[in-house]
Amino acid sequence: MSSVLHRSYPLFHIAKFQQGSTVRVLRILALLPLAAALSGCDFVVLAPAGDVAVQQRDLVVISTVLMLLIVLPVMALTALFAWRYRQSNTSARYEPEWDHSTQLELVIWSAPLLIIVCLGALTWMGTHLLDPYRALGRIAADRPIEAQDKPLNVEVVALDWKWLFIYPEYGVATVNELAASVDRPIRFSITASSVMNSFYIPALAGQVYAMPGMETKLHAVTNKPGIYRGFSANYSGAGFSGMHFAFHSLAAADFDKWIAGVKASGGMLGRSDYLVLERPSTNQPVRRYGSVDRDLFKAIVNMCVEPGKMCASEMMAIDAKGGLGREGLNNTLPLAYDKYARRGAVFGPEPTYVAGICSVDELKGQSAAKSNVPFDTTPLRGAGLKRPPFSPANPSSTSLLLGPRPKSDS
Amino acid sequence: MFDTSSLAKVIFGRLTLESLPLHEPIVVGTFVVVALGGIALLGAVTYFRLWGYLWREWFTTVDHKRIGIMYMILGIVMLLRGFADAIMMRLQQAIAFGGSEGYLNAHHYDQIFTAHGVIMIFFVAMPLVTGLMNYVVPLQIGARDVSFPFLNNFSFWMTVGGAVLVMISLFVGEFARTGWLAYPPLSNIGYSPDVGVDYYIWGLQVAGVGTTLSGINLICTIVKLRAPGMTMMRMPVFTWTSLCTNVLIVASFPVLTAVLALLSLDRYVGTNFFTNDFGGSPMMYVNLIWIWGHPEVYILVLPAFGIFSEVTSTFSGKRLFGYTSMVYATVVITILSYLVWLHHFFTMGSGASVNSFFGITTMIISIPTGAKMFNWLFTMYRGRIRFELPMMWTVAFMFTFVIGGMTGVLLAVPPADFVLHNSLFLVAHFHNVIIGGVVFGAFAGIAYWFPKAFGFRLDPFWGKLSFWFWVTGFYFAFMPLYVLGLMGVTRRLRVFDDPSLQIWFVIAGIGAFLIFLGIVSFLVQIAVSVLKREALKDVTGDPWNARTLEWATSSPPPAYNFAFTPVVHDNDAWWDMKRRGYRRPLTGFKPIHMPSNTGTGVILAALATAMGFGLIWYMWWLAAVSFIGLLAVAIGHTFNYHRDYHIPADEVVRVEDARTHLLAAGAKS
Repeated sequence: MSSVLHRSYPLFHIAKFQQGSTVRVLRILALLPLAAALSGCDFVVLAPAGDVAVQQRDLVVISTVLMLLIVLPVMALTALFAWRYRQSNTSARYEPEWDHSTQLELVIWSAPLLIIVCLGALTWMGTHLLDPYRALGRIAADRPIEAQDKPLNVEVVALDWKWLFIYPEYGVATVNELAASVDRPIRFSITASSVMNSFYIPALAGQVYAMPGMETKLHAVTNKPGIYRGFSANYSGAGFSGMHFAFHSLAAADFDKWIAGVKASGGMLGRSDYLVLERPSTNQPVRRYGSVDRDLFKAIVNMCVEPGKMCASEMMAIDAKGGLGREGLNNTLPLAYDKYARRGAVFGPEPTYVAGICSVDELKGQSAAKSNVPFDTTPLRGAGLKRPPFSPANPSSTSLLLGPRPKSDS
Repeated sequence: MFDTSSLAKVIFGRLTLESLPLHEPIVVGTFVVVALGGIALLGAVTYFRLWGYLWREWFTTVDHKRIGIMYMILGIVMLLRGFADAIMMRLQQAIAFGGSEGYLNAHHYDQIFTAHGVIMIFFVAMPLVTGLMNYVVPLQIGARDVSFPFLNNFSFWMTVGGAVLVMISLFVGEFARTGWLAYPPLSNIGYSPDVGVDYYIWGLQVAGVGTTLSGINLICTIVKLRAPGMTMMRMPVFTWTSLCTNVLIVASFPVLTAVLALLSLDRYVGTNFFTNDFGGSPMMYVNLIWIWGHPEVYILVLPAFGIFSEVTSTFSGKRLFGYTSMVYATVVITILSYLVWLHHFFTMGSGASVNSFFGITTMIISIPTGAKMFNWLFTMYRGRIRFELPMMWTVAFMFTFVIGGMTGVLLAVPPADFVLHNSLFLVAHFHNVIIGGVVFGAFAGIAYWFPKAFGFRLDPFWGKLSFWFWVTGFYFAFMPLYVLGLMGVTRRLRVFDDPSLQIWFVIAGIGAFLIFLGIVSFLVQIAVSVLKREALKDVTGDPWNARTLEWATSSPPPAYNFAFTPVVHDNDAWWDMKRRGYRRPLTGFKPIHMPSNTGTGVILAALATAMGFGLIWYMWWLAAVSFIGLLAVAIGHTFNYHRDYHIPADEVVRVEDARTHLLAAGAKS
């Protein structure tokens, strides 16, 4: 897709050219805060380690310089006029009735307009080039992406209040520790278990929200080895302050060693382990899992980690086929997810869940590879709840909002 | 059938003794101080037998001037609360380093930053802005009062009701721990099962009724009650910006009401508008709340722009440069403010085209705003600038606001926003525009119109002290936050482990302390001015040699504002009248038709507040009784036929003669 964009949109080339030449000058400007950094401060946004963040930094600097073109004169004029036309300076001209000048009006509307035209063009191109959903076009300023640059997939889950990282191609997972190899594109798939968070490693790339039941994407690459800080940039509750992790940017060989280390550390992250892990906890230490349920991320996104629970994707598939009709209300109330939903709203229905369904996703997973989910022949129950009645729905008892409540345990 | 606990449950709902935060020493201490202060105040009012006076002359008043003053008092009182929250946050962030947890736990700290945002926007900035509009607009257009005087009283008391609910949450139960916009799923019942978010919802719903009605009232006033000759393009700029602000209020507050209603349905009756499951979409909430939230920013800042226009023109002794382009700029901002809401969440995963659309519309707003800036600049050009307090605030605004505007446009570039979103850079940006724009504007407005409202000027020494503390305090408090934002520090953090950041938080804390001194100086300024009111007295009604109609009448203006409705021939109506040798009419006064005071507004607002309290604590009987009471009183009020009276001609003659004597005495001395 990226190559198509490049060919059909020559402006991108101009943009790159302009950026290239301006950026060189602006790098010097960017060095000013770096001088301050030497005194102990880490201006990571202005001196990042990843190419995406570098381009974003450049946009910050270019936009600021563009705006200073008009802001500085305004400030200078304010000071000048305030001083020159002070009451005590009787030598200055005083024209109490002068209130219009077409030329001046043209200037004061068109000067900001011109700046905004430039900035707008820059924004349009920059936003498309740096769209977090767009696969990377380059590893670094002087290194376009090659066929052999296979991206590293990382699945990110924001939990209350820690981060889970799953490496599907290596079959390992970590908590509050992320690693990637230098100059290799990274493709993050991001979701959350309960509330909104924002996945942000300032040294690597800009942030993207992590939201439950949804998957967002981020493409990035790191160019400098080192340990950088990552955290949630969207307040998510009591443990928010401790919700940070170390991002290890490693040379390729070191990364392989790191993966081997995680593998060797043993431990298995299955669905039941996940259900324990996702419970709220604060300031969690790093944890490593040598193996991981391969469908875990998909199940988290679809809110169906509990065994036997219908997945949102399955629900949507059913609905896409026209749904299960009115009778289906009884069978398809399965998506109760919000963790404390069992507390219920004041007048709301008792929480319900699916009584049993053949999960397509799980079947697929089993056929593709040996699933680690233990096969359980007991009747399926969501989240440790009591089993609801199997009696067919009485349409007249269907509540206005959500369908019938389970009447008893029998 | 009932045992005592279930009976208590019916009566008190969720409210139990454990709901009182007796285990939080800070809250208990605050409560003791507030209670002692409150008892002292109530005792003094009782001792001096002021209840009757307050009730008859103030609480039940329908006079837009007194309601305006009460709005200002509400705003200043709530500023103290909101600022107390601010200084607690600054202190926590300045000390919570190197393994220290600071002095606030998460439960308390999270409430504080939520309450700070909610109070500062809804119960400080809004009342200050509404108060100034209420006071000034009818005078500026030569009207006797607003279109719906009773509604005005009701609106004010509803705003107070919302503020009362938020204040109660400090001592009974808790406030929301969600951030000031209460994003679900965090604010939904599953993750915030306590009363905090319910306080938030009902506080804003009660106050929101007041704001919406006040918006309707002022639009109607401006459209229908202008003095003869005052065409739309002869309205003072403050009236123009007020009109646009109220259009924004009427168009956007219903969205807030609706989105909060949906959230309360989720929380109370188990609907799934914003839940994770059952097809709910929290993203919808984020969109809806910002469709209200972004126009809200302009609701606050447009009147401030109006104030700066009046002040610049008056103190430069010059016509406003580019009146027409100023008006068009205001209207353009009003319209565009509806097309930018998505820039608050570029990072939520919209596509590049959507993000760039909203980024570019946001930048376009800076064009009319920039034009306004130049218009003020060229109003100063070839003027004779008197640096009285309102003008000092205006110049400080011009320096400060361009910085805030610049960082704002920077944040409108989506890729730049990806690295700065939710960081302290963002926090610095919006404080830069809200303090630099709205707060400086409110102080300029207070200093400018105070002599009109009370008949004496504010003491300039303490005013200048307050000004310098505020301005330097602002720069010390927020420039470090820009720096921290560039270091990748995000907002709403309670503890830190990187010691290199601490120095910046300490500087910011010092800035907050300077602002504290600025607030104290402001309060001292008012006290000193009251004490020195004879020395600071203004008998002319026009102490600044100003240009618009409010300065044509006495200070303070009589209840009826103008004995004869003025006729307008020019933009700067009063300037034009002075120039053409206007002579005050001294005879021919007639009885003046005026609206009567009524206590209904207070009663309705009290019932609405009680209903909110009942709903928050699940005291269903209280909610039901208050709701029925609301309906009954509202219907009952329609049978009130004592809505108006005439000020007899003799009374008008007496008031106007007194002014004639004062003016003559003033001219002699």
